[in-house]
Amino acid sequence: MTILNQIINGIQIGSIYALVALGYTMVYGIVKLINFAHGEIIMVGSYFTWYTMSRLGAPAWAAVLGAVVFCAVLGMVIEKVAYKPLRNYARISLLITAIGVSFFLQNAVQLIFKATPRMFQNIFPGSLKLGGMVFSMSAVVTIVVSVILMIGLSLLVKNTKIGKAMRAVSEDKDTAQLMGINVDHTISFTFGLGSGLAAIAAVLYCSSFYQIEPTMGSMLGLKAFVAAVLGGIGSISGAVLGGFVIGIAESLTKGYISSALADAIVFGILIVVLIIKPSGILGRPENEKV
Amino acid sequence: MLKVDDINVYYGSIHAIQSVSFEIKEGEIVTLIGANGAGKSTILRTISGLLRSKTGEINFLDKNISVVEPDKIVKMGIAHVPEGRRVFKQFTVEENLEMGAYIHKSKSDIKEDIGKIYRRFPRLKERRRQTAGTLSGGEQQMLAIGRALMSRPKLLMLDEPSMGLAPMLVQQIFDIIKELNQSGTTILLVEQNARMALTIADRGYVLETGRMKLAATARELLADDSVKKSYLGG
Repeated sequence: MTILNQIINGIQIGSIYALVALGYTMVYGIVKLINFAHGEIIMVGSYFTWYTMSRLGAPAWAAVLGAVVFCAVLGMVIEKVAYKPLRNYARISLLITAIGVSFFLQNAVQLIFKATPRMFQNIFPGSLKLGGMVFSMSAVVTIVVSVILMIGLSLLVKNTKIGKAMRAVSEDKDTAQLMGINVDHTISFTFGLGSGLAAIAAVLYCSSFYQIEPTMGSMLGLKAFVAAVLGGIGSISGAVLGGFVIGIAESLTKGYISSALADAIVFGILIVVLIIKPSGILGRPENEKV
Repeated sequence: MLKVDDINVYYGSIHAIQSVSFEIKEGEIVTLIGANGAGKSTILRTISGLLRSKTGEINFLDKNISVVEPDKIVKMGIAHVPEGRRVFKQFTVEENLEMGAYIHKSKSDIKEDIGKIYRRFPRLKERRRQTAGTLSGGEQQMLAIGRALMSRPKLLMLDEPSMGLAPMLVQQIFDIIKELNQSGTTILLVEQNARMALTIADRGYVLETGRMKLAATARELLADDSVKKSYLGG
């Protein structure tokens, strides 16, 4: 494999990390919660797609669309049922609840679909030749879809009414309410949006790794969380940057150093960045008081 | 227009507002004066729905709003300029004004209203593309007032608009409040600067550690010995 191939691989997995990291960072920005159940949403999205395609025989597009809707609704329901009642309590209770939700989802899926890994069919078969190089179709689709989603998301947050409401709520909840913004709806929307992105990430992930199991969300979620923190938690461009950095670092380590060390290097990068710049690469230091 | 009837507000076990009642008639400027911690801001936050009263009722235009959500209260016509201005620091000046018009849909109306705000506060127009965090205190106060006006309120509540401002700016802010009132907006003004507040107000209420101590016309309060001694510097 050439170095270019390794970098393409890195960008492919990196864009998946980035999509998941966006969910972490948006939710953190708005409710200051590290939503540890976010990784499990990817797992649920994968199972949903697998089940509707392999067992119900649905076409790929319908399965993906269904997964997005299902995960978005699941994300909103989790927020309503598990997090909202704790909104005005110590943040640690929220965090513990998130870990609880994560275990709940893992075990629920294990109960329904058993712990044995399931095989996922390749939904983007074939390859693409470009300038003497061969790219797998799943890499091309993953990168193109992710980039489109990232651009779309940043436009949504920057220019639309709901996007501005999200930014306003994340900056100052009380004042946002005084503008006539419904904070509950805005938070709900944010969870739905992040979870929908996670569902797409799930499909993209499965299209190149083919295998799903109830615990798959933990490591994927953890790495995406590292990406979000690395880029600066709360920052959207930070999550994207962090995702690509982690993906490329991982891929190069696997290619040139050792596969076994890849995770160690990923988490090592996080430790180094946190020592040098605790707020992350693009993160803002805590708001200074005037 | 607004009738606050026997409200009691608690912060945990602290009884911050104790059986407070007062009212504001359409077209008035009413001021709540009192020392730091007397509960003035708490009252405004309760009217806005950010805090809840355990008892009593708050009626606005003959509707009980004491259980209505804060975003719906804005839609009913109450705007609140919070203490410490609380502009959205990462938004530009113009975006802050747009946020103030969040409850309105018509783009052309919003544009027209922004134009009106810029005519009233030319400084904001000069700085329309700057982020609000880079503005001076006085400019932020103008922005906070402008932003509140964008919702086209029937009742405008201002919490300590003079706080931290140079005397010349204080005068300017009070002139603006007076003008807004003359153009038809009813005003509830909370101030530590009692003398300034009473000079422009029609009526005033004096609040002491969560209780209503005195209620009178602004002229009477300015002449009252106990008010003079406690709030007007003797």
